[in-house]
Amino acid sequence: METTIKATNLTKSFGDFTAVDKLNFEVEKGEIFGFLGANGAGKTTAMKMLIGISKPTAGDAMVANYKVSTQADLVKKNIGYMSQKFALYDDLNIKENIQFFGGIYGLNAKTLQQKYQQVVENLGLENYVKQLVKNLPLGLKQKLAFSVALLHQPKVVFLDEPTGGVDPITRRQFWELIYEAADRGTTIFVTTHYMDEAEYCDRISMMVDGKIKALDTPKALKKEFGAETLNEVFLNLAR
Amino acid sequence: MKKFIGFVKKEFYHIFRDKRSLFILFGMPVAQILLFGFAISNEINNVDIAILDKADDKNSKEIIVNLKASKYFNVLDYLQSEKEIETAFQKGKVKAVVTFDQDFARNLQRPKTSKLQIITDATNPNVANTITNYINSIVVKYQMVNLQQDPPPQLVQSESRMFFNPALESVYMFVPGVMTVILMLVSAMMTSISITREKEVGTMEILLVSPLKPSTVIAGKVVPYIFLSLINAIVIVLLSVFVFQMPIMGSLFWLSIESLLFIVTSLSLGILISTLSSTQQTAMMISLMGLMLPTILLSGFIFPIESMPYPLQLISHIIPAKWFIIIIKSIMLKGVGFSFFWKETLILVVMTIFLLGLSIKKYKIRLA
Repeated sequence: METTIKATNLTKSFGDFTAVDKLNFEVEKGEIFGFLGANGAGKTTAMKMLIGISKPTAGDAMVANYKVSTQADLVKKNIGYMSQKFALYDDLNIKENIQFFGGIYGLNAKTLQQKYQQVVENLGLENYVKQLVKNLPLGLKQKLAFSVALLHQPKVVFLDEPTGGVDPITRRQFWELIYEAADRGTTIFVTTHYMDEAEYCDRISMMVDGKIKALDTPKALKKEFGAETLNEVFLNLAR
Repeated sequence: MKKFIGFVKKEFYHIFRDKRSLFILFGMPVAQILLFGFAISNEINNVDIAILDKADDKNSKEIIVNLKASKYFNVLDYLQSEKEIETAFQKGKVKAVVTFDQDFARNLQRPKTSKLQIITDATNPNVANTITNYINSIVVKYQMVNLQQDPPPQLVQSESRMFFNPALESVYMFVPGVMTVILMLVSAMMTSISITREKEVGTMEILLVSPLKPSTVIAGKVVPYIFLSLINAIVIVLLSVFVFQMPIMGSLFWLSIESLLFIVTSLSLGILISTLSSTQQTAMMISLMGLMLPTILLSGFIFPIESMPYPLQLISHIIPAKWFIIIIKSIMLKGVGFSFFWKETLILVVMTIFLLGLSIKKYKIRLA
């Protein structure tokens, strides 16, 4: 298998405080990798280094075959990103959002038009094309944001708590989109607080105090800790 | 470059779809210039006064006619005794009372004796002063013309001429000030708000993760506002020329160059503010308290810097608006060339470079 993310002793410290301490892990192409941890465990800091907006203090990571320490620009071109905040422009309509976000990744007008039609069709947005994005239901907004993050066909998509504040049905539908993307070979790197979501991942890692304390498939983790649910595993580790 | 154009286009969508910012952008300049031009005025016009004429002779009547004839005063009331003076003021109907002594005509021939008294309502000292001066000048003029009498010998006859603003139109003083405030407001406040809005809704994160360079993001945010500020500057100049008949004495070329310079100064302040604040509200508060108030109060726009306490005078030096007001007053009112304001321009340039450098550094720290 091909490796799309490989962290080697990835470390970030702020003064005396080490937020991320020598992370080592690999994520394979097309894999859905869950990145779990309590608030303040260092998830966000680690993710910022992987998406090229924060430089590691020590160690390094390869993302989509580029080093985050020295080739951040190339990393950025080959990844997609969606954050917990709904991050499209509210006062633009669907087409304008797609044109803008696709445009900053260098897609040309013809491709953008194709992508636009594709997205509208896939998500069933026909009734909303004339409206500003702020008038869309939250679930649709999130699906749209995810599709926008995939416009430039990135090798890896980073999802930072993508389903915050969404009902379970919509969350389920959102995960169907994630599976589809993974089937097409896109690697998914997702942080979440929802344990049911963690169950959907191929493998999950649990971060405590800047270190990865456990990394395996959900099934193997439950077995290892003798727990019924991932929630128990998580509570065991975080304490 | 194509990405940059796409960015600017998006920015214009934001601006034109937000009624609030549209209002600030285009309503404010017009409203402010009209307000300052028409409503707030240092001149006096049609002031209501009362007369207590105990002399009731030819001279006093002629002076009253002169007062009435001037466009500055309305004689509202004729009082009968001193007792009525205070009541007249208390009612607030008149701003001044002119009284003539019983032997006004006789005393008029002898200098040094009081002949006429001007009593003013000094709840607004500036207005009271101006009224006194205006009445005085009407009386002195009457003396000179009608009595062919030289002014009292112990007085130095001074003849004043007002340079650069002969009619003492206060709009001349306000136009440069309003222009400064508007450019500051639009450039600094609007940019800082629009940058922090991206932070607040989370799109800034997406932009930083995208292949766009941070410098492109900032430039894309700033360029639309340079454009809109320039339009504002043009609107203000047109309004002052065509509505208030204010002449532009100096070169339009330098006026545009200096305005552009000041716009860039304000924009760099706006960027700096946006690096310091994470919400639109904070950005707005910092812009209003930290920029607008000093710009209005300490720049010499309304209050002369020379009459401020020394510490405030020192502070005024670091207010960019102060230097810009000096520059555009020189261009608009005095009509002088670059050799007269190169120092002020240099100060602004240095400030701009410093502010830009600082905000870029701040941005890099945030990214590290």
